[in-house]
Amino acid sequence: MTGFVSFFRRLEGPQTVGRGPAFWSLFAIVLAIGLAYPLFSDGYTVGNTVYFFVWVFIALSLCLIWGYGGSLSFGQTAFFGIAGYGYGVLTLNFGAAYGFTLIAFVAAVAIAALFAVLLGYFMFFGRIAGVFLGIVTLAVTLMLERFMAQTAGPEWHIGSARLNGFNGMSAMPPLTIPWPGEPIVLFADVGLYYFVLGLLVFVYLALRILMNSSFGNVIVAIRENPERAEMLGYDVRKYQLITFVIGAALAGISGVLYTAWGQYITPSSMGMTAAALPLIWVAVGGRSDLTSTVVGTLVVLAAFQALTIYGSQYALVFMGVLLVLTVLIAPNGLVLGAMNWLGRLAARLTRRAS
Amino acid sequence: MDIATHVFSALYQFGDAFAFLVLSACGLAVIFGMMGVINLAHGEFIMCGAYVTAATVHAGLPLPLGILAGTVVSALVGVLVELAVIRHLYDRPLDTIVATWGLSLIATQGTLIMVGSTMAGVGTPFGSFQVGDYSYSIYRIVLFCAALGVLAALYALFNWTRFGVLARATIQVPHMAAALGVDTRLIYSLTFACGAGLAGLAGGLYAPTMTLVPTMGATFIMEAFVTVVIGGADVFLGTAPAGGLLAIVKSGMTSWQGQLFGQIGLLVAVIIVVRVLPKGISGFVLRERT
Repeated sequence: MTGFVSFFRRLEGPQTVGRGPAFWSLFAIVLAIGLAYPLFSDGYTVGNTVYFFVWVFIALSLCLIWGYGGSLSFGQTAFFGIAGYGYGVLTLNFGAAYGFTLIAFVAAVAIAALFAVLLGYFMFFGRIAGVFLGIVTLAVTLMLERFMAQTAGPEWHIGSARLNGFNGMSAMPPLTIPWPGEPIVLFADVGLYYFVLGLLVFVYLALRILMNSSFGNVIVAIRENPERAEMLGYDVRKYQLITFVIGAALAGISGVLYTAWGQYITPSSMGMTAAALPLIWVAVGGRSDLTSTVVGTLVVLAAFQALTIYGSQYALVFMGVLLVLTVLIAPNGLVLGAMNWLGRLAARLTRRAS
Repeated sequence: MDIATHVFSALYQFGDAFAFLVLSACGLAVIFGMMGVINLAHGEFIMCGAYVTAATVHAGLPLPLGILAGTVVSALVGVLVELAVIRHLYDRPLDTIVATWGLSLIATQGTLIMVGSTMAGVGTPFGSFQVGDYSYSIYRIVLFCAALGVLAALYALFNWTRFGVLARATIQVPHMAAALGVDTRLIYSLTFACGAGLAGLAGGLYAPTMTLVPTMGATFIMEAFVTVVIGGADVFLGTAPAGGLLAIVKSGMTSWQGQLFGQIGLLVAVIIVVRVLPKGISGFVLRERT
């Protein structure tokens, strides 16, 4: 019992909104609804919901790097793309037998993280900060898109996997869990839904623990004042690099799941528009909190999809307006603002009751 | 003879790359150097200049007047953007990036909706000339001269005019300039308009050489950013030498391995320069001087 309580202690802290029995019972209710949801829905809608969940990981990565770490990175889609292509190349070469797709999953995320180590070393140890960081990561992302877009010829292949230029790669196997008897193939419906939901809850809780640990406090201290953090004896560059790499791995998870979900990946998933969208979700949700990022991402994604269905071409214009207005009027994000307001309301009510 | 044509070919390609880098970067560099604001909608100001130029040329105006119209319209749009958005974000530089990115989304998609996926282009003027076995476009030479002209004009503007002096004072110590009676808000507005106008000028100058699509800003934006990152905050000590350095890298890599490797060369150059000189070339030069 004490172990259980101390586990909850580590989930709560100054760096995350939401604490106490009220928050966690709400969390349990939402989780229960999430678990029961496929029972009341058809396979197609569930597959579509998985698509939303897939993007939450890249949003969380941006929340970590930008919201907590204070370095605005446009490079998340680059890691997304690298991991997506990595998964495609690995599985097209080695197939899906013996649970290899899961190994490919881990390997592709590791490739993205390694790339982040390389890029992050040059950036953080070169003391690039602020707006320059954004520009360098953006340049890297656009570069990768252009590179992948020109790999149309047959000479561009890795093993037996053709890169296919602008059309992208397709027909890679979905994630498969080896199982005695028959392996479980996670097609884009209920199977993949539970897999991604489980991963999402795990990542969310793990990030809560991480951000409320001393590591998280140092990251926030660096965001608030890098010089002061340095004077206190922390190697700012190392902490920033580690955050960047964790973020890259999260973006990589998104990339692999996206590739496995739709069984294709194209260079445009690394383009300007693709890089702008996670930024919008995170900014609108509230970049400096994990919960508001998750909620904001799901809400904005659902709204965006509804808009693309009904107002097709105006959806992106609307997203741009939403982003500009959020920055101007509610720089901390709409969902986070609402959550803080609810928290204050609850506190006032409990005080009046007692 | 053979060597002379090779040298000319290399010089021509260098000049072409230099003009492209400097023209696409100088608007961004003015806004960043003077105001510390990174304008991610820079490419869309270039697109705006190119579209207005093409539209006025189709309406019957000669090309130079069309380019002028593109410049002026971009500058006016710049004033509006500064008043509506940028003005409120001066103390939050990271948020200006995000906001201008939102503007760039709106502009790209809005142009796509209103004008359509392409716009009829403008023919490249002046024809070409022959050196050795290759023919060269005269207009590219004009562009190179235009890049030098823009640098000279900017130097004159910021060193020899009253606006330039006030602008530099505002950049150095804003509250001191304000205390001495300078309308710093107006200076910021004008500087932003100047940067936007330069972007429009780049768009107008390059309108005859490329296909006009709503996403054309993206072809400029990477080169512009790379030049500004390497150059640092000063237009003359930074952008011009950075343009020269990168033009060597780009034209060399391009003629060696093709267009894509030219761009990869740029990116590698940026990462290396930034690792060695974190404040860019101008930061390095200024540190040496003090």
